[in-house]
Amino acid sequence: MTPRVVFPNKILPYLLVAPQLAITLVFFYWPAGQALYQSMLREDPFGLKSRFIWFDNFRRVLADPAYLNSIKVTVIFSIATAVVAMGVALLLAVMAEKVIRGKGFYRTLMIWPYAVAPAIAGMLFLFMFNPSIGTLAVLLRKAGVHWDPLLNGTHAMILLVIAAAWKQISYNFLFFVAGLQAIPKTLIEAAAIDGAGETKRFWTIVFPLLAPTTFFLLVINTVYALFDTFGIVHAVTGGGPGKATETLVYKVYNDGFVNLMLGVSAAESVILMAIVIALTAVQFRYIERKVHYG
Amino acid sequence: MIGTSPARTFIAHAVLVLGIVIVAFPIYYTFVASTHTLQTILRPPLPLWPGGEFWTNYSEALSGGVRRIGGVGVGTLLFNTTVMALGIAIGKIIISILSAYAIVFFRFPLRMTFFWLIFITLMLPVEVRILPTYKVMVQFGLIDTYAGLILPLIASATATLLFRQFFMTIPGELVEAARVDGAGPWRFFFDILLPLSRTNIAALFVILFIYGWTQYLWPLLITNSNDMNTIVIALRKMISFADADTQWQLVMVTAMLAIVPPILVVVLMQRWFVRGLVDSEK
Repeated sequence: MTPRVVFPNKILPYLLVAPQLAITLVFFYWPAGQALYQSMLREDPFGLKSRFIWFDNFRRVLADPAYLNSIKVTVIFSIATAVVAMGVALLLAVMAEKVIRGKGFYRTLMIWPYAVAPAIAGMLFLFMFNPSIGTLAVLLRKAGVHWDPLLNGTHAMILLVIAAAWKQISYNFLFFVAGLQAIPKTLIEAAAIDGAGETKRFWTIVFPLLAPTTFFLLVINTVYALFDTFGIVHAVTGGGPGKATETLVYKVYNDGFVNLMLGVSAAESVILMAIVIALTAVQFRYIERKVHYG
Repeated sequence: MIGTSPARTFIAHAVLVLGIVIVAFPIYYTFVASTHTLQTILRPPLPLWPGGEFWTNYSEALSGGVRRIGGVGVGTLLFNTTVMALGIAIGKIIISILSAYAIVFFRFPLRMTFFWLIFITLMLPVEVRILPTYKVMVQFGLIDTYAGLILPLIASATATLLFRQFFMTIPGELVEAARVDGAGPWRFFFDILLPLSRTNIAALFVILFIYGWTQYLWPLLITNSNDMNTIVIALRKMISFADADTQWQLVMVTAMLAIVPPILVVVLMQRWFVRGLVDSEK
């Protein structure tokens, strides 16, 4: 596994890991521990008094209709975003595999959104789709759609999903292209000789062989939709209208920093941590050694 | 190789072009909006072609227009964002290459404990521990500082794992040869390991630079004063759809300035970026 030949120093390795360890302890373990502890406290908003209440915050959070609503919103949002982003990317990747000329050109243009901040992506889509000055909103209205993401919860959700999925297409595209290239051409040729048409070849050979990539991207996209999209929600809808687009991460922020319900917010953080740990465990269980960047 | 019929090739190109139109349109549209007058933007639909106000808008935005609507000059914003992105990219690469070096090429008590301590942080993005991390920042007096923007975001295991994986592919004979030739650990690190890791470092740099540049939640919390805002946060503060006074043409110029630098990094370093992204996730 690791090279058996190593350097014999006694002190040096500790110095080498020290910076990362220090930062990890101070900015990671210490706050994570605080979150755990605080999730069992009830504090007044000024931080003057606090009481240890065991799992009361969790009970309160899980019984709160607003929290359950936000779970529902998050699930819908995550699934829709993952499906749209992956579907479009897969289609484009399959097409890019077919063309011989211009592959590099298409790829170069396709990776742009990766570099755009999610919050900016949200603002751009809001600029295009907002009812007062958005060009596309005007066109939609002319087509007879009563488009208003600022008042209609479903429309707001659609706008968020489009913006979030748009941002993620490049990433998925690159991975699907890599995944497609890894499929042995001999298999596809053999199927072609046996008379399988293009569609049949795709569904019976390419798609199943692509499963590891697809599954990996599914996890990554879910994690993305859960956490990285805070910027989109905050910039576009602010959780509204009503609570139609209040995702779990947005609620942690809102309860903690806006409503100053510290214990509740900490309990929500802890629940989120549990979700992430579960997702990561799933990811490692099924696709070994695949690591998410963040 | 299976031949593809001309018709199928044509369809493939057509789908790809359509895909690119969808993918590139929002960015193009922002550029178009940044070259029109406020009056044109306020009377949608906006033309599909750039208007004639490119120089007027950009020079106005750069020479104080952004300061007027956002409170801070665009230079400060770009500087803050660049410091944050570079700080995260370089900081993360340095601390993680060092710790990966220690974990792979040395044997010492608690080695695996340290590895697991670092590894577990892989799972938890900053978003799930915002409030307590914020408290720690307050205790250290790091609000409104560059260190406050950078440090919590480099506490992550991803880069360490990548370097560890790469280091493990380096044959033991190489280490042995270096030791026989009398090279100490530092010599080995600088003369052999660093040159070998160049591609990995470049790839990681692009990914982390983008990661730093596009941060939202953390800079939102940690900066109170406008002078410390990143451009993404400042942009958010400028936009108000309810407010009729929003200077949209200047906002759009700011948006372009926020989008273009990372796009340039990704496009110009595409080779390393794509390889790094796809390789590092395997």
